Amino acid sequence: MHKYIFKRIIMLIPVILGVSFIVFTLMYLTPGDPARIMLGESAPEEDVIRLQEEMGLNDPFLVQYGRYVRDAVVYQDLGRSYTSNRPVFTEIITRFPATFKLAATGVAVAIAVGIPTGIISATKQYSLFDSVSMVAALIGVSMPNFWQGLMMILLFSVNLGWFPSSGYNTVSHMILPAITIGTSSAAIITRMTRSSMLEVIRQDYIRTARAKGQNETIITLKHALKNALIPVVTVIGLQFGYLLGGAVLTESIFSIPGVGRLMVDSIKSRDFPVVQGGVLFIAITFTIVNLFVDILYAFLDPRIKSQYQ
Amino acid sequence: MDGTKVDVKKSGDSLSKVPNKKRKTGPWRDVWQRLKKNKMAMFGLVVIGLLVFAALFAEQIAPYGFDDQNLQDRLLSPNSQYLLGTDNFGRDIFSRIIFGARISLQVGFIAVGISAIVGGAFGAIAGYYGGKLDNFIMRVMDVLLAIPGILLAISIVAALGPGLVNVMIAVGIGSVPQYARIVRASILSIRDQEFVEAARAVGANDFRIIMKHIIPNSLAPIIVQATLGVASAILSAAGLSFIGLGIQPPTPEWGAMLSTGRDYLRDHWHVATFPGLAIMITIFGLNLLGDGLRDALDPRLKN
Repeated sequence: MHKYIFKRIIMLIPVILGVSFIVFTLMYLTPGDPARIMLGESAPEEDVIRLQEEMGLNDPFLVQYGRYVRDAVVYQDLGRSYTSNRPVFTEIITRFPATFKLAATGVAVAIAVGIPTGIISATKQYSLFDSVSMVAALIGVSMPNFWQGLMMILLFSVNLGWFPSSGYNTVSHMILPAITIGTSSAAIITRMTRSSMLEVIRQDYIRTARAKGQNETIITLKHALKNALIPVVTVIGLQFGYLLGGAVLTESIFSIPGVGRLMVDSIKSRDFPVVQGGVLFIAITFTIVNLFVDILYAFLDPRIKSQYQ
Repeated sequence: MDGTKVDVKKSGDSLSKVPNKKRKTGPWRDVWQRLKKNKMAMFGLVVIGLLVFAALFAEQIAPYGFDDQNLQDRLLSPNSQYLLGTDNFGRDIFSRIIFGARISLQVGFIAVGISAIVGGAFGAIAGYYGGKLDNFIMRVMDVLLAIPGILLAISIVAALGPGLVNVMIAVGIGSVPQYARIVRASILSIRDQEFVEAARAVGANDFRIIMKHIIPNSLAPIIVQATLGVASAILSAAGLSFIGLGIQPPTPEWGAMLSTGRDYLRDHWHVATFPGLAIMITIFGLNLLGDGLRDALDPRLKN
């Protein structure tokens, strides 16, 4: 098992290098001269040329990329923001807690809604509850979350005045954003739990448990759920990673100062180092979450674990 | 489809009597028969059909042009003259939504076309040739998968600049890995089957084998993925436009319209509500159809 984990961590390195290469290339191709952006439109031409030289902007592409990777690995330096002149890493890390909080509460909402609904749907397959929750789940994945956020602001903030429409400090601030970002995940978890439960319920050991007279609730919650949840855990992990990256829109709607909003603002102000660092940071987090999910999966399912011993 | 008329009339049980020479249309007709029984999927198909119709005949259906400004009628609530009200320039929201169908469907289909062709080609090459090439292509795909889709699209749009074509490219590239994986997986399961070996034995070259024998046999999962892919491409594009990085005004893109509506949310609810509903109905229809197609193409998977 340790060998497996070690191997997976080693495999992260080429992926992260690849991501940094793609992101660096994209930002390199972006029109606009960084030196000009930093100094402003009215700066004299010779200052711009001097800064270009200082920043090494005239070096070949691969030299610039190599320098970026070296600075990132050796000095943990992702460059400086053109607009605030603060280190990119600081800019990102100060905003990450908000994004993390948003994704985590979103996943919490999704689990709290998705798993019970999925279980009841599966145990009462083709019932009214099942039909209604399946249609609701379909609507949940079909609803653009930025629209859902606006509609909830309209209903709960503007009309009813129950929750504030922006901010993220208190519980009541977080309710609308968490529901907004968690809805599609809730739908996905519901569907996954349902289909996974349906598969497990048909298996022989469940029939055995029924035959020996075991109480149906215990069969569902203890015998079936334990196995049915394994694929669900994977989905939850993937959703968490996905929400970290997809928080951009929700952050924008509820004015939450997270990494996503930082990136959108940076794109608009052509602050490339921040965009570069932000994408890299989220991608690394996303990859690590996925790795963690894979390892957890191996722990939960002894059949997989035994392959690596 | 010539020569099948008789069978269609007799419907159901005629399939077993179809002689060998009609095998080519058999499986697809079978899929259609199963799909037809699925009410949800048919509902999805009708929704998508209506949207395609609206997109094609927007000029005829829409009561106003998408950019007709009636400044004295700014921000009117829905009424008999303006079915869904007007926006901040006095433009008819209903008309803009109809024209928006054109934009969104275009973005959805073309973006999926890009990812299916590029991803499919990479997947086919990787799966068919195997070895180092396979390994290299799939590792590149892993790297692309490591960047969350919307983020990748945002960075590509940042590099290319906003606009309709760039949004299509950005959203398309984001889902290339999914198609590469699907095509590769089905090729791996087909590559060594006897009919491929037979084709090779009679002297067909690699390109012909991939195009004529392997791709048609791996179409089922691609079709399902593509249907659901159109939905997520439309969502991503609308999201990009919503944060101002996608399709720019005055183009009647649903996400961009929503973004305008956001500024008037407090006093004029209708400006943001209807474009969002349009997106939701479209995605809903595509999802229903996609789920139905999955069940129809592979009945074993159905729960």
